[in-house]
Amino acid sequence: VNLHTLLQTLTDGIAVGSLYALIALGYTLVFGILQFINFAHGDIFALGAWLTYALTVGLLRSAAKFPLLGHPIVLGILVPIGAILLCALVGFCIERFAYKPLRGAPRLNVLITAIGVSLLLENLGQLKWAFGPDPKQVPAFFQDKVLGTLAGVEFHLVDVVVLGIAVLLMIAMQYLIFRTKLGTAMRAVSFNVRTAALMGINVDRIISLTFVIGSALAGAAGFLFSMKYPYLQQTAATVWILLGMKAFVAAVVGGIGNVRGAMLGGLLIGLVEFFGVQYLSSSYRDVYVFLLLILVLLIRPAGLLGKATVEKV
Amino acid sequence: MTPSSSPHAARSTATIFVDPPSIKPPLWTSPLRAAWPFAAVVIFAGLLHLVIVPHMGGYESSLLIDCGIAIIMAVSLTAVNGFTGQFSIGHAGFMSLGGYFAAAIVYYGTYHLFGDFSFQGGLLSSGADQTVNATITAGDLLFVGACIAGAVLAAICGWIVGLPSLRLRGDYLAIVTLGFGEIVRVIIQGTGDQLDTNSDPSVTDVSFFRALPHLGGALGFSGQPVYSTSFWVWLAAGITLVATLRLKYSSYGRSLISIREDDVAAQAVGVNITRLKVRAFVYAAFFAGLGGGLYAMKVGTINASDFGFQKSFDFVIMVVLGGLGSVSGAAIAAILLTILPELLRDPPSLWPTGLIIVGIVAVLILAFAPKRRGPLVTLFAFAVGWEGLVRGVKVLHWFGPHLLGAGHSDSAKALGNFMVGFSLSDYRMVIYSLTLIIMMIVRPKGLFGIGEIWDFLPVRWQWWNRPARAEEGK
Repeated sequence: VNLHTLLQTLTDGIAVGSLYALIALGYTLVFGILQFINFAHGDIFALGAWLTYALTVGLLRSAAKFPLLGHPIVLGILVPIGAILLCALVGFCIERFAYKPLRGAPRLNVLITAIGVSLLLENLGQLKWAFGPDPKQVPAFFQDKVLGTLAGVEFHLVDVVVLGIAVLLMIAMQYLIFRTKLGTAMRAVSFNVRTAALMGINVDRIISLTFVIGSALAGAAGFLFSMKYPYLQQTAATVWILLGMKAFVAAVVGGIGNVRGAMLGGLLIGLVEFFGVQYLSSSYRDVYVFLLLILVLLIRPAGLLGKATVEKV
Repeated sequence: MTPSSSPHAARSTATIFVDPPSIKPPLWTSPLRAAWPFAAVVIFAGLLHLVIVPHMGGYESSLLIDCGIAIIMAVSLTAVNGFTGQFSIGHAGFMSLGGYFAAAIVYYGTYHLFGDFSFQGGLLSSGADQTVNATITAGDLLFVGACIAGAVLAAICGWIVGLPSLRLRGDYLAIVTLGFGEIVRVIIQGTGDQLDTNSDPSVTDVSFFRALPHLGGALGFSGQPVYSTSFWVWLAAGITLVATLRLKYSSYGRSLISIREDDVAAQAVGVNITRLKVRAFVYAAFFAGLGGGLYAMKVGTINASDFGFQKSFDFVIMVVLGGLGSVSGAAIAAILLTILPELLRDPPSLWPTGLIIVGIVAVLILAFAPKRRGPLVTLFAFAVGWEGLVRGVKVLHWFGPHLLGAGHSDSAKALGNFMVGFSLSDYRMVIYSLTLIIMMIVRPKGLFGIGEIWDFLPVRWQWWNRPARAEEGK
């Protein structure tokens, strides 16, 4: 085995795997609390990537009047923050107007609504006055360069930025969920909604906040994704759905509802995908991930870090 | 059952265990009772194909076939998602499997049996432009056999997929079926090029079974002769409907529904839940494969990339919209959701008759069933909503040019341009998804809930429902 290829595959796998982990966090948070697959989550990720495009283009256009806006550092601060805030807002609205009226309805209904929201976001994004029906290239606002080489492997600035921000966000999430009052409330709600409500936790607010946090993470992942792969497919392209699905698989593999499991699963999925593409065959890219899923479900149905629960009557 | 044959008869009063003679029909009628719906289906499909379709345009009859295929898919999925309460979202994967297998058998089989790739069907498989003498030919038999073979293959795959994942509870089936659909797509897209005499004269040397795996890869499989007419499709749709309805009211179906209601309780009363879940899943996969075969021979092309998540979601949406566990509801939702996007594509050509029929039916039933109007009001609101939408667009188109004249500001002109260029077909999927969301919030149980459409008729019309009528007469 060629060491160079191995290391290259490893870095790629970890970089993309950390993105999966970020998206998987959103899935796992929502699943932990509401027990349903939020299909629209993958579309929020796509929205984050496209908002990055729209904001970059918009800011570069207004840089003609205000030259300060075209500065890479200003762009690098405004664009991600704008994309994340807008994604969080969209996540809040989705929860408020689509999922909240269905609180207490059968899970299948919520799932269908989620599919509806997902379709809505995809197709709204394709309209002429939104992002348009064609793939587009995000203008690069900082020059990618090779930071250094190790054993013949080039370390790109983009990879470092992507990985760095993703890891920072994951550490922040870890802190938020396990060290703050809000995180404690979130865990309490996911443990038992009624008991949490009896302890004085405003469950509706916690659910809204969970959606906001998950959507913000998806928005951040979308921003990072558009840094690494600036050529964006139109919002209804299967690529986005597949990316979202793989992130969901990551959450399941790690143990759905388990925050650390989502991070582990994301990295694992990224590595499996890239190693499969590199060493087996590139045409079965998506098959490896789903085969891993089936394998995990057969051996450890609750996921790698999940606890097996006993059903009580 | 006679009293003397019953084991309890010796120690209890014999008359308790005897069915009242007025309800139990005579034994000799049972084959008749089993067969008449299927005979009716054959007659209906035949009449449809030979009498009605010749008067329809090409677009309408093609839509009719699409509706039939959608009914097969949605109704079969009802057995899993509706009766059993499991959540399968890989139905399109089974459709794709069955479709490809059937298409390959018909395509290569036609070549090996008849020497070329041309259409060999009889009257029942022919469109309006073809003239043939025979009613059923060897080509038809090949086509029917291929569709059944595709269905069997899909059922076998359903068994393999269902066995591990149905042991688990919860949403795992959803994820596994989703992954399965994706795996099927990727594997089919990785197959070798399709063989034909133009590109490769050596097709004559390849035996039938060697040729079968050449499924065309990412380009799709095309050129198979077109056999799926409204006859075959509606025959299959009718069989699916009758079989699923009978399943619902059989002891099997009651066991499936008990799993949906409470699987622990079902297990406690002796229902083998894993086995029954797998059987329901295999049943659904079988008909999905059948629908795939019919789809593949409809225009003569099939492409694995059409059978992604979206397609599976479409079928799930039909089931949920119709009402989980309602067979007729799934069929109606299948028809609605097939026609709806087409209506938005080109409103004027299909709309008026459809609206009038829906309106008349809704008004009639509303007039007679004041207490059970839920689903019909929904349908009616649906129709009125669409009509309003179409008229609204007409208003936009009429008013838009008025903003474009001289003397208007730039923003007014931009608005005018938007109004002139507004086309409903751009917003097709947006409206579709919004309808879905609103529907789920307003009527979370779907159109008909667990009931069938005829349960919503006035009780005095339900001639088959003696207990309910007796109740009402009191």
